[in-house]
Amino acid sequence: MSALAARGVHVRFGAARAVDGVDLEIGSGEIVALVGESGCGKSSLARALLGLVRPVRGTVECADRPLDYRRLKEFRRHVQLVLQDPSGSLNPRHTVYEAVAEGLRIHKVPGDERELVAAALSKAGLRPPERFFLRYPHELSGGQRQRVVIAGALVLEPDVLVADEPVSSLDASVRGEILALLLRLRTELGLSLLVVTHDLGLAWNIADRVAVMYLGRIVETGDTARVLTSPRHPYTKALLSVVPEIARQDPIVLKGEAPDPSRIPAGCRFRPRCPAYAAGLPAELAERCEKETLPVLPADRGHHAACVLP
Amino acid sequence: MSLLELRDLSVTYAGDVPAVRGVSLSVAPGEVLGVAGESGCGKSTITNAVLRLLPKSATVGGSVLLDGEDVHGMSFGRLRAVRWATASIVFQGALHSLNAVRTIGRQIAEPILLHEPKTSRKAADLRVGELLEQVGLPARRARDYPHQLSGGQRQRVMIALALACRPRLVIADEPTTALDVMVQAQVLQLLSGLVKDLGLALVLISHDLSVLGTTCDRVAVMYAGKVVEEGPASVVFDDSRHPYSGALAGAFPRVGDPRFRYAPAGLAGDPPYPGDLPAGCPFHPRCPVAFDRCSEAEVELLDVGAGRRAACLRAGEAS
Ligand SMILES: Nc1ncnc2c1ncn2[C@@H]1O[C@H](COP(=O)(O)OP(=O)(O)OP(=O)(O)O)[C@@H](O)[C@H]1O
Ligand SMILES: Nc1ncnc2c1ncn2[C@@H]1O[C@H](COP(=O)(O)OP(=O)(O)OP(=O)(O)O)[C@@H](O)[C@H]1O
Ligand code: SF4
Ligand code: SF4
Ligand SMILES: [Mg+2]
Ligand SMILES: [Mg+2]
Repeated sequence: MSALAARGVHVRFGAARAVDGVDLEIGSGEIVALVGESGCGKSSLARALLGLVRPVRGTVECADRPLDYRRLKEFRRHVQLVLQDPSGSLNPRHTVYEAVAEGLRIHKVPGDERELVAAALSKAGLRPPERFFLRYPHELSGGQRQRVVIAGALVLEPDVLVADEPVSSLDASVRGEILALLLRLRTELGLSLLVVTHDLGLAWNIADRVAVMYLGRIVETGDTARVLTSPRHPYTKALLSVVPEIARQDPIVLKGEAPDPSRIPAGCRFRPRCPAYAAGLPAELAERCEKETLPVLPADRGHHAACVLP
Repeated sequence: MSLLELRDLSVTYAGDVPAVRGVSLSVAPGEVLGVAGESGCGKSTITNAVLRLLPKSATVGGSVLLDGEDVHGMSFGRLRAVRWATASIVFQGALHSLNAVRTIGRQIAEPILLHEPKTSRKAADLRVGELLEQVGLPARRARDYPHQLSGGQRQRVMIALALACRPRLVIADEPTTALDVMVQAQVLQLLSGLVKDLGLALVLISHDLSVLGTTCDRVAVMYAGKVVEEGPASVVFDDSRHPYSGALAGAFPRVGDPRFRYAPAGLAGDPPYPGDLPAGCPFHPRCPVAFDRCSEAEVELLDVGAGRRAACLRAGEAS
């Protein structure tokens, strides 16, 4: 069963085809990392999966049923968004207690509010929870604030968390602690998790599967260990080569930045920046790069790449 | 000779907040010095101390020598000449602070016209074009406004701006934070190229050790306002002499290394607030190998051989 899925999803903003045909499944209890450079459409896809934007084509499924946009509130209890706190997801004038209780009040969840808030804070690793109730965000460290954000999502007991860059501006020391927490939530609560990030190290740390996105499409997907140790798509290879490692060889630094989704080239969308194509391919392959419309990769668990190279 | 030398530099903010507590470091032309450490350890405070940009209420001790001349003894006129022309800073988060209603060309020309008032408009425009090309942007982008540029392009503009008056020292404070890996790689490649081509001295500040490992010759790791380890970049991370640098390096996952698979490493606890430091080695409450003497007396930064220094009672032990 899939906890959350995109089937042929297209998201547009005017002429920009931010998500341009994506099939993706997050299995129950599975951790999937969605990676790719800035502007490639990761957040747009995540927002579509959360019901925050409506795809112009394709469907979103929750527990194998199409998302009913008239019953979004109910859907939100199952699928919760976790944003990074520095992006301002915590209100500086609300105490930790208020921040976490907010979801309960919006959804009119029955039960003892204090107990539910305390339980969510404990699950997020803020223990003893009562000690945090009356604190304000500025009285917490960066890692503690991120835990409050996570507690705010957990309080509704969702099945799926969608975390958009949950650790990208945290110190390395704190980052590990938050990632360990996400892993523990999967083991202890059976949560499914989609993590949106441009950090391949994060994918290596916690994800079962990884989907690499480029200009609105998933260009490579598969088991994390396979994709990150034997990448098949030239874009994935380039991304891996620039992961700042303590000792690394020959980075393939692509020129230019994320291309414009309102002008997606014909043929392979990565061709204008593809190092393999630029290095010269046999004529018949090069022609396929220029002309062939590559299919949308399937959402199954296999290792797939959208590239004409074998 | 060093272009920048910090001698026992200390900075205490009003309210008795000792943010930097006796830091000695130096960097030579053509050299890249990295400064690492968690949020609040004093990295930006050092940056600001170098060009005397600290609030008036801050107390500064020790000295900052720029090309042998003490910055804190300079007249204001001399200081103004030195800012931009000898040393310039790419400020943390500055890519958000470009003026939204002026073209980037005009913003880059501003320090040039200010420092070399005899420069003609045309010469300044030419220089702006050159600077943009130098950071990998076409000269015609001078006519663009900041909102027309991506984050990575804006960071390039900030670097062009820092180079405007041909400084010999550039301090880049978190220049790649918030950029994605590919753009980060582009910016780091650009900075390394400038060091090589122009013989710049570069101080690269980052909380991300992995960024420093690839770009720097030497790295200093700071904790609670002090340097706790310093040495060649390659060895500080792979074979650290201080448990804190070891923990920082260990917290950074190496893609492909099975030890990090499903095992994110962190370092429990928070760094201390500078106004409330623990006694003895300030790292002892978080140190996995602390022992009783660690909480007794301050630990000195000592030579541990092979151009390396470390401030740990165990630094002498084989790792
Ligand atoms: N509300 C919007 N209106 C118009 N264009 C948008 C909107 N949201 C996103 N876009 C465009 O859609 C494309 C994909 O954006 P998206 O935010 O999904 O990228 P991302 O992969 O999450 O990037 P980042 O890593 O920078 O967060 C970009 O070109 C962006 O400019
Ligand atoms: N103007 C100021 N007045 C009082 N305290 C200050 C001031 N500026 C900084 N501090 C304190 O001094 C310490 C060092 O701050 P600094 O900005 O140098 O850290 P940093 O290492 O650059 O951190 P980051 O990685 O978050 O940029 C912090 O505890 C900070 O709160
Ligand atoms: S299909 Fe061609 S252009 Fe596209 S990634 Fe593969 S080799 Fe490169
Ligand atoms: S002096 Fe002691 S507490 Fe400090 S780093 Fe060394 S072993 Fe750890
Ligand atoms: Mg995004
Ligand atoms: Mg700083």
